[in-house]
Amino acid sequence: MTTRVGIEVSIAIADAVKMANADVVAAYPITPQTHIVEHLAELVANGELDAEYIPVESEHSAMSACLGSSATGARTFTATAGQGLELMHEVLYVASSMRLPVVMAVANRALSSPLSVWGDHSDMMAVRDTGWIQIVVENGQQAVDNIICAFRIAEDKRVLLPVMVHLDGFYLTHVIEPITFPEQSDVDRFLPPNKYPLPLNPDKPVAMGDFGPPAIYTEAKWAQEVQLRASKDVVLECWDEFGRAFGRQYCPVEKYHSDGAKVLLLTMGCFSETAMVAVDNMRKEGKDIGLVRLRLWRPFPFEEFRQAVKDADVLIVLDRAISFGGPGGAVASELKAALYNQDKKPEVVSFVGGLGGRDITEAGFEDIINRGIEITRTGSKNEYEIYGVRE
Amino acid sequence: MAKSESELTWKDLEIGCIVTEPGSARQYETGAWRSQRPTYDFSKCIKCGICQLFCPEGCIEQNQDGHFEANLFYCKGCGICARECWTRVITMVDEEE
Repeated sequence: MTTRVGIEVSIAIADAVKMANADVVAAYPITPQTHIVEHLAELVANGELDAEYIPVESEHSAMSACLGSSATGARTFTATAGQGLELMHEVLYVASSMRLPVVMAVANRALSSPLSVWGDHSDMMAVRDTGWIQIVVENGQQAVDNIICAFRIAEDKRVLLPVMVHLDGFYLTHVIEPITFPEQSDVDRFLPPNKYPLPLNPDKPVAMGDFGPPAIYTEAKWAQEVQLRASKDVVLECWDEFGRAFGRQYCPVEKYHSDGAKVLLLTMGCFSETAMVAVDNMRKEGKDIGLVRLRLWRPFPFEEFRQAVKDADVLIVLDRAISFGGPGGAVASELKAALYNQDKKPEVVSFVGGLGGRDITEAGFEDIINRGIEITRTGSKNEYEIYGVRE
Repeated sequence: MAKSESELTWKDLEIGCIVTEPGSARQYETGAWRSQRPTYDFSKCIKCGICQLFCPEGCIEQNQDGHFEANLFYCKGCGICARECWTRVITMVDEEE
């Protein structure tokens, strides 16, 4: 038995954290993440979730408190967005390097200035090298499911790395969606208790985050890199088991009419659902268009991505963040790098759009696809094109 | 620690480089950082211990004769003891000498 309810996605995420039976939540409220942590505070205050809620004075402190809590072996959750994620930045590296399985929901938000509370992906792209596992969701159900999966992945003894679950601020956080909640007993079966192997313990002292002289630092970083790359197998295993247990299957690279299509569009996050409608419209007109969506951003799913695009001639990529002065959006730039040494590869056309809450409609995606195809014929002197800017 | 730090491979490290042996910082030879070392004329020493109080490394102890002397395994050669000593017992000399 499952329960299907209409509920705001932020509230649903907090309920998922409750179902995961988190021990500690340390968080600072920031738009558009606020409702997640507000509702968690309510759940703790009402006695519905037996957890320690630590109201901190900043996101830097929030992540620092999460380190301490996770180091004791407590199941630890936080959430943030935009500037808050950036204020956490240095501590994010410490969480992954100390191999602490913190789970964080990131309500993706544009970075200042000008001040924007609205959504894009500039916050998540700025933290892509912090060593966290990064999962991107497209709707509320995926957010709930992947919060539960994130705890299992992070705490797996073969992983022991922190996980961010990225959902688009406002587009997802503030909408009411139909969510199917699993049974608590099924979640309990799916998510074993957190057993951190070397927790802080006065009877068996350990030192964490210690000094790493030049003779050790390279080895430490390589061990971390090997672990993050290897975590992909556990992510896939977790999603497979989630699919068997709850009937919803997730993949690192999600496909939509992409097999055999000569022209592919690639998106991340909730814009993918609008892009699907655009792809449907164009396919009805007889155009050979497919859609590929990246679900797993770190560790980057090289094999699955190359496999998904190998038969295409054109790959049109939409980034929702600018890498200033660089080769285009971060996603397009990484996809190009992933394909560069392949014998058979599509031509990659890079667009940046949807910045700071600017919508891209179905017609907008059709424009992007048509313009992308045109660029492959005419060529372009630019590294990328920005979509929707007023000249 | 069975292997020295320069022999450890990435596979030898504990998860997150966690140190499981309490007090192992004691094995770290901070004296290797030193470019000057303290030398002593103990005939002037009044055993007041001011050098020990000021030593930021906490590496000064009384020797068998009761004179205060730095443990060169840890002494970083900062020279604060030499500056603070009332009776000018301590002279810093370059390590090459």
